[in-house]
Amino acid sequence: MPDGAAPVLEVRGLKTVFRTRGGEIHAVNSVSFHLNRGEVLGVVGESGSGKSVTMMSLIGLLPSPPAEIRDGAVLLGERDLLKIPPDELRHVRGAKVGFVFQDPMTSLNPVFTVGMQIMEPLREHMGMTKAQAEARAVELLELVGIPDARSRLKSYPHQFSGGMRQRVMIAIALACDPDVLIADEPTTALDVTIQAQILELVKELRQKLGMAIIWITHDLGVIAAVADRVMVMYGGQVVEHGPVKEIFANPRHPYTRALLKTIPSIAGAREARLQVIEGQPPILSAAPTACPFRARCAHAMAVCEAVNPARRAFDGAPLGQGHDVACHWTPPASEGAGHA
Amino acid sequence: MRDSLSMPLVQVEDLKMHFPIYTGVFRRHTGDVKAVDGVSFTIQAGETLGLVGESGCGKSTVGRAILRLYEPTAGRVVIGGDDIATLDAETLRKKRPAMQMVFQDPQASLNPRMTLSAIISEPMVEHTVMTAEERQARVFELMDAVGLNHRFANRYPHEFSGGQRQRIGIARALALNPKFIVCDEPIAALDVSIQAQVVNLLEDLQDKFGLTYLFISHDLSMVRHIADRVAVMYLGRIAELSPRDALYDRPLHPYAEALLSAVNEPDPNRARRERIILKGDVPSPANPPKGCAFCTRCPKVMEICRVTRPELAEVQPGRFVACHLYTSAAGSTGATEVPEHYQQGETT
Repeated sequence: MPDGAAPVLEVRGLKTVFRTRGGEIHAVNSVSFHLNRGEVLGVVGESGSGKSVTMMSLIGLLPSPPAEIRDGAVLLGERDLLKIPPDELRHVRGAKVGFVFQDPMTSLNPVFTVGMQIMEPLREHMGMTKAQAEARAVELLELVGIPDARSRLKSYPHQFSGGMRQRVMIAIALACDPDVLIADEPTTALDVTIQAQILELVKELRQKLGMAIIWITHDLGVIAAVADRVMVMYGGQVVEHGPVKEIFANPRHPYTRALLKTIPSIAGAREARLQVIEGQPPILSAAPTACPFRARCAHAMAVCEAVNPARRAFDGAPLGQGHDVACHWTPPASEGAGHA
Repeated sequence: MRDSLSMPLVQVEDLKMHFPIYTGVFRRHTGDVKAVDGVSFTIQAGETLGLVGESGCGKSTVGRAILRLYEPTAGRVVIGGDDIATLDAETLRKKRPAMQMVFQDPQASLNPRMTLSAIISEPMVEHTVMTAEERQARVFELMDAVGLNHRFANRYPHEFSGGQRQRIGIARALALNPKFIVCDEPIAALDVSIQAQVVNLLEDLQDKFGLTYLFISHDLSMVRHIADRVAVMYLGRIAELSPRDALYDRPLHPYAEALLSAVNEPDPNRARRERIILKGDVPSPANPPKGCAFCTRCPKVMEICRVTRPELAEVQPGRFVACHLYTSAAGSTGATEVPEHYQQGETT
């Protein structure tokens, strides 16, 4: 660790497989990463890249069957979350790790008041009395910026707007002061002006509470705004990882480079034609033996077909601490983010 | 169209689309959701007009009402010389081939029980007297145009990916050689790497067939890429309608400014700049605020905004804004010099 502190969360070689009638789907392949206290790790990828499945595997949210975690270790403090009994894991989920999902409508229970839903983890995991829990719930709603918090406790989810519901979800996730907050596309279903509000809120909360956040999204703009480090996933693997400024200024993996070019910009020169990544994402029906991106890659070589590249650091830092990439190809030395 | 270049292909005047609210046991008409409340714009032949705004602002309703998929409450929609809003059913049917739509959700807008070939040829069965062979030839032609392999002709929608399904939807829209296509969030449901493919396709087709687009989207950076002019909607009305570069360089309406400021750019330096963060949510279109629709959230709100509704007016050549900052006392140009720091009050 750069400054000697142990990470809050460490994931080593995670492999998740779905067993379906049509065969196995290797959704997550040897994913490793760590999360330091107080930092925001951005996880980017397209649908099917394995970003959500990775995070749900960590805290046992995937139904098994069909999901099966084949290998790996998830260390939260000293404990391996993959080895502890379900009861304990349940406690970890409520108290140590908070989760915010994409769709705030479907993840709140429509028949209970918002107050009951915030108080539930408090009474369950913290053993608070009803009065204590209620006081804490008011505090939480105020923390996430819901006006008139005490009377809103009695409201039902449908009485809130989308942005307000997402604030409620964040309040629930924060209820027990978790060490880690996992936010899975928390702003995707929201409008841009509301999205900006939620991003501001999360930045503010992080400063106030100092928790570590994993932020999953397909939106590189959101990553640029919130993340300290970025992990780019493709075909169930981590293809590139590094500090946010490095990833955007000096992307090394052909996928990251191409992805950054497909997005039109809102300022500066307007591109006459958008760059595209031809083809489709891979179907992960077997354990990978080749690079998952080779079919769409502009720099594919013979070795890409034969060997699935391992992550390698190239800036001198130990693997996982600095900028690393899983690719056989090396961009020309002189050139920055020039061409892909 | 060729002989009337100066005349816009699409002319929308004061379009209103109100959905009635019925309440109580007797289903009494107690109010209206004013989804679209007085929208006017024109689109020149071969032009792309971008229509942006947040969910519920009425942008999709505009798209549907001008193709008369809804019966507009009031207003005129002139497409190629005919007022679509008042045509009788038979004349409207004859007019349909000239105006088509590409829908947001390619999954929901394709019949799962029809093959690709049947989906694309259906408009021809309905509107032309082509033989089966002619139709099949045309289907292949269209599949070439949108980049679908001929082998796929007899497959069903579920066998395709999202991007391919959107190509099918586009091929179907093209089947009758339309002049005007409403693209209603055509890329919203697609992955980033696939979005660019579909947008490039739409641009190629526009060049090839001289199409005119109304491109409805909430993705401001993609609209900047594809549109020639852009209309920003808020709560059923147009807040600003400007040429693309002018709007993105210097938005005039405070809402357009806040909207652009909220966009996250894929660049850590620019994405962390000071932003205008609007307080609160969009008011309900069933009960819009008195005066300017944006007055409840506007960082530059004035007394007059809560009383009088600003009309859309041309404040600079080609730029239309509905805001008292530009139309009241200060005159048409003076008020543009609002100091930059003035709007930063709401940032945290």
